[in-house]
Amino acid sequence: MKEGTVIKVSGPLVVARGLTGTNIYDMVRVGVQKLLGEVIEIRSDEYSIQVYEETEGIGPGQPVYPMGEPLSVELGPGLISSIFDGIQRPLDVISLRLGSYIARGAEYTSLDRTKRWHFIPARKSGDNIRPGDILGTVKETALIEHRIMVPQGVEGKVTVVAEDAYTLDDVVAEVETSTGKVSVKMLQKWPVRKPRQVTKKLPPDQPLITGQRVIDTFFPVAKGGTSCVPGPFGSGKTVVQHQLAKWSDADIIVFVGCGERGNEMADVLLSFPELKDPKSHEPLMGRTVLVANTSNMPVAAREASIFTGITIAEYYRDMGYNVALMADSTSRWAEAMREISCRLEEMPGEEGFPTYLGSRLASFYERSGSVVCMGSDAQGEEGRRGSLSIIGAVSPPGGDLSEPVTQATLRTVKVFWSLDDRLASQRHFPAVNWLTSYSLYQQVVGRFVANKIGAGWDENRTKALRVLQRESELEELVRLVGMEALSPEDMLVMETAKMIREDFLHQNAYHELDTYTSLEKQFHMLDVILKFYSKAQDAVDKGVDPLRLMGVPVKDKISNMRLASEGDMETFRRIEGDIARQVDELVEDRAVGI
Amino acid sequence: MVFKEYITVKDIFGPLMLIEGVEGVTYGELAEVRLSDGQVRRGRVLEIADSCVLVQVFEGTMGLGRDNVRVKFLGKGLEIGVSPDIIGRVFDGAGRTIDGGPNIIPEKRLNVNGSPINPCARDYPSEFIQTGISSIDGLNPLVRGQKLPIFSGSGLPHARLAAQIARQARVPGSPEGFAVVFAAMGVTFEEANYFISNFQATRAIERAVVFINLAEDPPIERLAVPRMALTVAEYLAYELDMHVLIILTDMINYCEALREVSAARKEVPGRRGYPGYLYTDLAAIYERAGRVKGRKGSITQIPILTMPEDDKTHPVPDLTGYITEGQIILSRDLHLQGIYPPIDILPSLSRLKDKGIGEGRTREDHADISNQLYASYARGKAARELAVILGEGALSPLDLAFVDFTEHCNNEFIKQGEEENRSISQTLDIGWWLLGLLPRKDLKRIRKEYSDKYYRKREE
Ligand SMILES: Nc1ncnc2c1ncn2[C@@H]1O[C@H](COP(=O)(O)OP(=O)(O)OP(=O)(O)O)[C@@H](O)[C@H]1O
Ligand SMILES: [Mg+2]
Repeated sequence: MKEGTVIKVSGPLVVARGLTGTNIYDMVRVGVQKLLGEVIEIRSDEYSIQVYEETEGIGPGQPVYPMGEPLSVELGPGLISSIFDGIQRPLDVISLRLGSYIARGAEYTSLDRTKRWHFIPARKSGDNIRPGDILGTVKETALIEHRIMVPQGVEGKVTVVAEDAYTLDDVVAEVETSTGKVSVKMLQKWPVRKPRQVTKKLPPDQPLITGQRVIDTFFPVAKGGTSCVPGPFGSGKTVVQHQLAKWSDADIIVFVGCGERGNEMADVLLSFPELKDPKSHEPLMGRTVLVANTSNMPVAAREASIFTGITIAEYYRDMGYNVALMADSTSRWAEAMREISCRLEEMPGEEGFPTYLGSRLASFYERSGSVVCMGSDAQGEEGRRGSLSIIGAVSPPGGDLSEPVTQATLRTVKVFWSLDDRLASQRHFPAVNWLTSYSLYQQVVGRFVANKIGAGWDENRTKALRVLQRESELEELVRLVGMEALSPEDMLVMETAKMIREDFLHQNAYHELDTYTSLEKQFHMLDVILKFYSKAQDAVDKGVDPLRLMGVPVKDKISNMRLASEGDMETFRRIEGDIARQVDELVEDRAVGI
Repeated sequence: MVFKEYITVKDIFGPLMLIEGVEGVTYGELAEVRLSDGQVRRGRVLEIADSCVLVQVFEGTMGLGRDNVRVKFLGKGLEIGVSPDIIGRVFDGAGRTIDGGPNIIPEKRLNVNGSPINPCARDYPSEFIQTGISSIDGLNPLVRGQKLPIFSGSGLPHARLAAQIARQARVPGSPEGFAVVFAAMGVTFEEANYFISNFQATRAIERAVVFINLAEDPPIERLAVPRMALTVAEYLAYELDMHVLIILTDMINYCEALREVSAARKEVPGRRGYPGYLYTDLAAIYERAGRVKGRKGSITQIPILTMPEDDKTHPVPDLTGYITEGQIILSRDLHLQGIYPPIDILPSLSRLKDKGIGEGRTREDHADISNQLYASYARGKAARELAVILGEGALSPLDLAFVDFTEHCNNEFIKQGEEENRSISQTLDIGWWLLGLLPRKDLKRIRKEYSDKYYRKREE
């Protein structure tokens, strides 16, 4: 491999000559400051390089040093609770060493090389091992056991070290492969643009339970599934993603802040160590990896951040965990691609995005899935299951969903949570539009829940959605002629729809009780509203004035159900009793002519 | 150091010039363009390929030719000299003093592009700023280190509002006010003069630094103005420990300058001809607001932009909204009704309010009353719209009470004097006084303990 020379600089794009021996997607160091870059195009002797740092001060004639390997991430204990930039530089370490600003050319290893981890071997010396086998484990955090896996391509008889504390650079096993001895460390590397291998992919069959009512009940996502959250600014994309990062029942969360606000990352960094996992009561940070390439950080590293995040996520999936990755926002990622593409003077597609926008987005979401991992677990059993769910925010310009990124995303993802400006400005949160959103996992999840909670789940959802649809048809009418012109039945529809919206769908992320609702409680909340509806329908049939039904005192209790503590079934039973009694009273009054 | 001078200008187009045969020039470098009549202009290297350099000339290319300029590259980016003496001074868009005072002797020179703040080094903004304006403090409170733009329209009083905020902003309990950095881009002389004389009259100028690029000044200079102003703000905040409020007006003019450069380079245009990197470019400006761990000072940003045709989905307000932490929107409707400040409270939002209010910060009832005022106002407004179609007769007595509430809210809560500086408890008390117009049982957003304590039914 030869050193090259810069011949052109245009923003984040540098062109160099003379890099003979360097391949496409190999890393290079550019200029006197040795800025990190990646070769993204080769045309005869001209190598186009996207540079991951601000290129001010780079000019023709400066050297370019080949690194001879593609952009890779470091994988091993210590990932969790860390915060990395788009190319996996440790932001916490950089801030300790270099201060408040991100200086250029900073060179720090992604993972700490001096820290010792207590390694417990899972194999005996003399065992035969294959790629993906669990070689041993390390307690990475109170929540997570880190499973050290045999790297790809390594197969043979193993010699394992004894249980003890080792650094990431220490050899923990030696394998006699057919081509010679290979040393295995706890630290491994993987090129980010290459999906990690699995034995096979399976259709998702479990819900990712999020505790968000509109999501779990109406538009659920499956473990290993994909979902997108498009919406104009301020409609609640980030809050939805943060809520999922906090409360969803994944084992590992990878949160990629891609071209968004610095303060939002600071918020996660400050709040997650304080928040407790509802099951284990351990800090949520103990299952979270953060990748932060905020909007003011270099745009090429923003392009890489999504790949860095997904590779880390795949690594934990391979250990047999359920991993959820949130990307906020994929639109900023697409814009980074657009910027580089423009500088390469590629033929633009729609709105200047590169023509490969759709395929890039699809190949990103395709890295999700419910899988059988490679290799055997610590007990030697094959068939370890893992999953990787992806939830991507989309930021359409002007909230216009017909734009290319939203459209390309909708072609690949299975769940669409459409955030609505109108709902957000009415402060109805989460502002998920119930008429336009959809989930293709409703059946999968319905089957799962039916086994756990009992029948009625799917039925209730269908009923509730029908009421909401009817409401939107009637709204037109009400705007023209007023509420009084509706039939008693339709007035009841309007009232029930309002209860579904305000007492069930509306969920305050900042209220300590309301922020999370179990599936069971979700079911009872909606069930109560629908029981009220069906009771009231009977009463209307018997001639009761709907206005009187709307005024029954139990309605106050219904609006407070959200604050019932988890597991408090008594409250729901009492409310159902009250509904029956109070509505029956009205029917009797009517019968005696009051 | 001696810099080589080039006379090899090849092309001049729009605000750009292409120079051939250069050596050792780097991306982003500052260029000095000297005309044969002695004039000096500054430029920035936008692209460099082999020995050809594309330079953006801040003062514009008017009067430049292939034979009358010599170009020097200065081996560094655009810088501004700072020292404590800059406080109280007025600069033009090129960073030269224009107030007749002595020249600044810089203590140091800082690159105006700054560097991105490490997200780990950020402290979350949480200290309430009292602006003295009820519709902001009560409903959309600002906190130290926030970026909260004013979305306005042409002819609306955003300048008066911004000046009032700059004059009155205080953190309750902390004696010092804010140092104000004011950056005008392409505004009229009148508007710029309004700010300066306002600052002078109230002696706010003693804690202000002002940058002025007027409508008649070179448009490309506007690309440098907010960066110079922010560099000064960072110097004041992080080196001199001051709390800085920076007002950037009008961001639309800034974006148009960016579009002009992009068009001259024949880049693939995005929406409405703005370049695809507008988001990233704006973020590089807005993200310079904040609080940094271990530093005493802070930077709070109030960018102002006039929305073309009052359209919030225009790329400039749209992308701004995607970066900032909420927005204050002015309403033409309220303005026509003679209400100052005409803040449209429903679509306005401060996203960082939650951490800045409540017991120990403002008052225990702040969050509840803010939610209730908002909900009641929304209900009254919806009812009034219904009444427009169906007539007042179609409204229930309760709906009528909400309509009445909304009217009072416009006139007693939102409307206030330009010199009127309300404390936060005054603001909240006005809120309670207004809620007294509504039956207590309909105030569902308020916890019982607070309505017990503060609610008084109002007899008309
Ligand atoms: N579930 C919720 N409960 C309460 N408030 C919410 C909820 N969701 C959103 N909000 C409110 O809406 C504001 C904006 O939400 P968020 O920051 O998630 O928007 P966004 O869609 O990510 O916007 P942007 O595209 O600008 O990043 C929040 O600051 C909060 O005030
Ligand atoms: Mg967001």
